[in-house]
Amino acid sequence: MKTAATLEVAPDQIYRDLQHAARQRLTGEKEEPLVMVGTATCGRAAGALDTLAAFKEEIVRRHLSVRVREVGCLGDCYLEPMVIIQKPGYPPFIYGEVDEGKARRLVADFLVNDDPCLEFAMAALEPNDIFPTLADYPRGFYEQRVITELCGIIDPTEIDQYLDHEGYAALARALSMDPGEVVAQVKESKLRGRGGAGFPTGLKWETCRKAPGTPKYVICNADEGDPGAFMDRALLESNPHQVLEGLLIAAYAVGASQGYIYVRAEYPLAVERLKTALDQARQRGLLGENILGSGFSLDLAVFQGSGAFVCGEETALIASLEGRPGIPSHRPPFPAVSGLYGQPTVINNVKTLSYVPHILRQGPDWFRGIGTTDSPGTAVFALAGKVANTGMVEVPMGTTLRRLVFDVGGGIKDGKEFKAVLIGGPSGGCLPETALDLAIDFDSLQQAGAMMGSGGLVVLDADDCMVEIARFFLEFTQKESCGKCTFCRLGTKQMLEILTDITKGRGKPEDLTLLWELAGDVKAGSLCGLGKTAPNPVLSTLRHFRHEYEVHIDEGRCPARMCQDLITYYIVPQKCTKLCNVCVGSCPAEAVYTRPDGIKAINQELCIKCNNCLVTCPPEHQAVVKISPPSPAEGA
Amino acid sequence: MAAKVKITIDGREIEASPGDRLLWAALDSGIYIPHLCGIREENHPPASCRLCFVEIAGMPNPVTSCTQPVTAGMVVYTRSSQVDRLVRRGFQLLLSAYHLRCGECPKNHTCEIRRIAKERGLKLRVKDLRPLDRDLPVDASAGDFVYDPNRCVLCGQCAWACRHRAGVGILGFVRRGMERRIATFGEAPILASGCTRCGECVKACPAGGLTFQKEASG
Ligand SMILES: Cc1cc2nc3c(=O)[nH]c(=O)nc-3n(C[C@H](O)[C@H](O)[C@H](O)COP(=O)(O)O)c2cc1C
Ligand code: SF4
Ligand code: SF4
Ligand code: FES
Repeated sequence: MKTAATLEVAPDQIYRDLQHAARQRLTGEKEEPLVMVGTATCGRAAGALDTLAAFKEEIVRRHLSVRVREVGCLGDCYLEPMVIIQKPGYPPFIYGEVDEGKARRLVADFLVNDDPCLEFAMAALEPNDIFPTLADYPRGFYEQRVITELCGIIDPTEIDQYLDHEGYAALARALSMDPGEVVAQVKESKLRGRGGAGFPTGLKWETCRKAPGTPKYVICNADEGDPGAFMDRALLESNPHQVLEGLLIAAYAVGASQGYIYVRAEYPLAVERLKTALDQARQRGLLGENILGSGFSLDLAVFQGSGAFVCGEETALIASLEGRPGIPSHRPPFPAVSGLYGQPTVINNVKTLSYVPHILRQGPDWFRGIGTTDSPGTAVFALAGKVANTGMVEVPMGTTLRRLVFDVGGGIKDGKEFKAVLIGGPSGGCLPETALDLAIDFDSLQQAGAMMGSGGLVVLDADDCMVEIARFFLEFTQKESCGKCTFCRLGTKQMLEILTDITKGRGKPEDLTLLWELAGDVKAGSLCGLGKTAPNPVLSTLRHFRHEYEVHIDEGRCPARMCQDLITYYIVPQKCTKLCNVCVGSCPAEAVYTRPDGIKAINQELCIKCNNCLVTCPPEHQAVVKISPPSPAEGA
Repeated sequence: MAAKVKITIDGREIEASPGDRLLWAALDSGIYIPHLCGIREENHPPASCRLCFVEIAGMPNPVTSCTQPVTAGMVVYTRSSQVDRLVRRGFQLLLSAYHLRCGECPKNHTCEIRRIAKERGLKLRVKDLRPLDRDLPVDASAGDFVYDPNRCVLCGQCAWACRHRAGVGILGFVRRGMERRIATFGEAPILASGCTRCGECVKACPAGGLTFQKEASG
């Protein structure tokens, strides 16, 4: 390894001392029982703060000597609130769906006594003789955690824990290398940007490093505007130091002296944890002047964005950072040459930067050993929709969709039939069943008409209407269009009008040709990535599910019975028991009534299609059905 | 001044200065390329109207000529089928949200919209797209001229002229998406916003958005 002669040893030695001190502080802790409650945003939504309070209360009430820590997100959102209990003599156990009651029981049975309540334990964190670990489940087996490895396991507000897990060792190593060598390592790793487009990170850094002009800037893009994505948030809330370390290394490599973390304003907890992390890093000499005694200085600040989707686009993000409206501009010049205040600027996604410390610590060869040749490393997906195990997963690039949905995701909810996945959120595309064996990476998805995008992955079943899905996503991008350029402003609006007509049964056969052409034109003609990718959901559903569009237009029928205007609710008289009344009570519009013979029926004039009666009709009867095309007023 | 270089546009060899934007090089040589938002003096053109597309040999997709620097020997086509398709669609889209009625427009027949239609043989009536034009209030506060947002193509020429030619800078873009429009700060009437009535904005407007009052000038 080439080292700058004057700096030899210093950063590394200072780092070892720091790490040693951190470990000293942690030793006492390891001998005491420890309760870790996942209090990232996802956990909080499921009531984790109540769980946390219950643990604390119960522990105080019983005068126990047990530490309680808040940690981030393990990724298994369907099992929140999640808790890990570490008690000397036992492997650490993970518990799912821990409400206040379970919390109190865990204290009484496990912490006071010696019953680990394995009946609601999910897995053990370490291999042992009594209980399976995460790797013994398909999800854990096929997952490969690199950037999510410490998520949900360490306390994100405590830098010592990150240091204990070799945190900032990569920074120390980078600082004792020549910056050009750091760039070379990242280039050699073939790391590609996780912000959506998959641009080679090393190349971007090299361009910025070579670009004339000082000062230079680095920016972490944590705008995460895709409504289905939350991985960047989870990473910031669960392991903020990992991102900071990556950003510090990027800054050193390209010669930047100031950096920003652009976080969407709707992520208050991420902002809070980031600020704590920045303070702690500063206190330990890992940020600020003369970092680890290397002579390299960098300051970092958190900037809270306005929340517009397009502000995640790099030129719009930079405009927004400069205090101008968040509106994209033409590239080139690319930010690496002329970015913030016209200076060379590296802008990278949260995930991209999170890989950097691992690459420097374990080497480019290690990284290239994971995933596919052209897309090395792992991919982080947010599984959502009709999949059994929703949440955040990290798998090697090249994992097939089938493995992802059926093994890692546990298959389709309620045993229904798989129909399609939508990958990449509003910029992505729908892939049908025939694509299940596609090994997913940046390029294969692009070829299939989808894209990695933010990594949102929505699983769809027979109850999902592909026209409505396309309309839903296009409505999002159309609303988020900044309005600057003709194709995106007006083209997406024209497309949305057509799609809306089709879902309302007003579509005309010639609409499909126009929609297809418009989609192609908006893709080719728009100024920035928002307009260039907005047509993807429409194009891919038209390509793979054209017949669904045709049925809407030709027969006024929605095969998935999802489009409100194309269905009626109907109570099948033969199935109605007469003996219950729940549907009548459930209807907010008083549309359900009792016929003279006792059987229930729906007054179509009054029905607002809220779905309540269908849900409340007891499962043994299932007398309420949806009919498409809508049938004329029944009963009355 | 860098020495001139030769480039080829539609088979015709012309001379241009390297680094100059292709759009202006073509226009200066009498080769018409549709354009609404391009500003010759601006180093970072907005590239928002999306009408100045051309194809360049060696590049896979059409590019906007207002942002494309001239390089020696480049071979340019202003009328490929791909270019024609994009220009036609972009033009149609703009018109779908444009309050046409040329007979009622003070600029009748003299605007860039008519010119583009004539040069490219495009129809002014858009049949296959949905009409998206609205009835936004007209601002006649300045007296000499009228601002009609329903005939604005959002090219931004007026805002640039007001800032850089008039040195006043009261016009700019407000709102987002379909609601984006040219307005003064707080969307107040033009006259109440510090307008000097110099008329630079009206001269810059390529469409019917800003027009001199006929009766006032007569
Ligand atoms: C409409 C739009 C929204 C975007 N939103 C994000 C975002 O939320 N986060 C992100 O990292 N990149 C986003 N990008 C991509 C950025 O422009 C940029 O490519 C990325 O931050 C570069 O980082 P990377 O090389 O690490 O991927 C967006 C792009 C577009 C066109
Ligand atoms: S593509 Fe859309 S978001 Fe991007 S500049 Fe054009 S109008 Fe704005
Ligand atoms: S007339 Fe008024 S609005 Fe127009 S350029 Fe002059 S000062 Fe600006
Ligand atoms: S003149 Fe080039 S995009 Fe408007």
